[in-house]
Amino acid sequence: MKRIALLGMPNTGKSTFFNRLTGAGARVGNWPGITVDLLAAKILLAGAMVEVVDLPGIYNLHGFSDDEQVVRHFLESQPVNGLVVILNASQLDRQLALLLQLKALKLPMTLVLNMSDEAKQLGIKIDLAALARSLDVPVTLISAKYGQGFESARQAIEQLLHTHPAVIHADTAGLSQDDSIEVELDRIVGNTVNTPITLAPDLTRRLDRVLLHPWLGLPLFFITVFVLFQLVYGIGTPLQDAMNWSLEHIKTGLIQPALAGAPLPVQSFILDGLFDGVGTVLSFLPIIVVFFIFMAIIEDSGYLARAAYLMDALMAKVGLDGRSFVMQLMGFGCNVPALMGTRVMRSRALRLLTMMVIPFSLCSARLQVFLFFTTAIFAPRAAAMVMFSLYLMSFLMAFLTALVWRGKYRSVEPLLLELPPYRFPTFKQLLVQGWQQSQHFLKGASGFIVGGVVVVWALTHYPFNVPPASPATLAGQLADWMVPVFQPLGIDRLLSVALLFGFIAKEIVIGALAVIYGAGQSNLSGVIAGKLDWVQAYSFMLFTLIYTPCLSTVAVLKQESKSWWFTFIAVAWPLGLAWVVSFAFYQGARALGW
Amino acid sequence: MHTSLDHLFPSQTGTIETIDVSPELGRRMAALGLRPGRRVEMVRAAPLRGPLQIRIGHTELMIRRVDAAKINVNLVA
Repeated sequence: MKRIALLGMPNTGKSTFFNRLTGAGARVGNWPGITVDLLAAKILLAGAMVEVVDLPGIYNLHGFSDDEQVVRHFLESQPVNGLVVILNASQLDRQLALLLQLKALKLPMTLVLNMSDEAKQLGIKIDLAALARSLDVPVTLISAKYGQGFESARQAIEQLLHTHPAVIHADTAGLSQDDSIEVELDRIVGNTVNTPITLAPDLTRRLDRVLLHPWLGLPLFFITVFVLFQLVYGIGTPLQDAMNWSLEHIKTGLIQPALAGAPLPVQSFILDGLFDGVGTVLSFLPIIVVFFIFMAIIEDSGYLARAAYLMDALMAKVGLDGRSFVMQLMGFGCNVPALMGTRVMRSRALRLLTMMVIPFSLCSARLQVFLFFTTAIFAPRAAAMVMFSLYLMSFLMAFLTALVWRGKYRSVEPLLLELPPYRFPTFKQLLVQGWQQSQHFLKGASGFIVGGVVVVWALTHYPFNVPPASPATLAGQLADWMVPVFQPLGIDRLLSVALLFGFIAKEIVIGALAVIYGAGQSNLSGVIAGKLDWVQAYSFMLFTLIYTPCLSTVAVLKQESKSWWFTFIAVAWPLGLAWVVSFAFYQGARALGW
Repeated sequence: MHTSLDHLFPSQTGTIETIDVSPELGRRMAALGLRPGRRVEMVRAAPLRGPLQIRIGHTELMIRRVDAAKINVNLVA
């Protein structure tokens, strides 16, 4: 198989170029020893199937950031026909250094200068012929976003494949060589690039004057995140409801009648096990698509990097940054896309720490449980206070977790972030983002989620000759063994079975309680108010808030971290914390005589 | 006048003289355009002793004050 690798600095539109070159067929490839997702696509180029790999953006071939190590590891282990190096045409004065480093690998390459539109606006003139001569590399000038010059870039890649039909390994001496290229860099740039000396105050500068204003910046940032949240979940949640509604109709209207003749355990397995598992996966898709469309807007616009700038003074103390904070806030809608969104942070340690923190965000599914309990147990005035205290607890737990784990997941990458000019992505770029991310979720998480739902189904339904979730089922027996664990929290056997259901998704906790207590949904609040006092109820809510948000979150934690060990910690830590907090509250409240 | 980058006021410009950082950070800085001889402009500073926004050529960066303090500049009048 022929192979071409795309390489370039961050913020050069490399992924846009990749998407334009490969269409919608990109998949996350599996490469031995690489812990980040690399998109790859097989396309027809120069009459043969060629695998095109989009390597992460790097600043320096010899650097030690996670992405730089990934690129080096890839180039060491994978032979290629050649490299396509993508640089930002308006920043050649520094970006050409990367190309000069790459030349030491002695691999065939072609240079693509992207963002010709921005360079032109800035009045930058590049002598392409002279540049190609001094680099001894073919050069094309394009705008990947709008497509100008794209055909000639494609032809340059085909030309490379024609002249170098066999894959070869990089000269590894070039990977460790130290740089002495600055003189050469300045000479080439001086001879080929003409940059106007003074910059006209452009739109980016004018916007920054307001958006990064010393005192207006932060309030504007909070307003932006609030609006973003409202848009994502204002659009995403109704779509999710529509998806659930259709799934329910397919279940009762099509599958249930079709299974009418089957034995009851088989019916139950297909309807409440398999179908609900698949339904759980599908119900996240609308939210993920909408989330990533809006995330692409604020990320590609350059505002996310500015969020890091604005929040750094506050977030650096707990080892996180402004982008972590945005994802944490988005987690209050749904943890799943927020966890996937951490991919914008390129330092693995920073990502993992953020992924530890996000599951404490009180998502809308948990909110449903809390609203139900507070209205059932508390007077309206007290109910508002209780809700507020739960939100406070959510932030407190996140903060505590960051403090505890920042030592283990300490980012060693310098916080030297580019603040790119404000750009607005095209509509097509947004759709590609939504599409790619939902594909990614389906492929990476669906097996785990369906498997988990089936396991919980088996626990709550076996043996089949007793009512589901009753004491005689496996779940009931499990609850019996767990009595010593949950009794000190004021959580009785029936409620602990509900917690087991809550492990799948918090949305089904109320429905599960109705089944467990043998009450209809409508008089469940009466039954619960009769059985639990407020201390027990609050202890149950604390536990529900802090322990594992849902199976899908766990699946995404695994998918994103690519580490079972991290996934284990990210499940075990909140579980332990939930127990300690509920225990302290319940025993404390009882000791005070409540 | 010789000073360090974190001491510049907004919209002041300096020429970088020396950078006293680890080779690793130095590489990243160089890749972003921060190297001796280059002109760097202080654009603005974030409140609460937050990071600085600086400009080198057509590149704008955020840099923490601790890192900026290690970049020695000669103030351009």
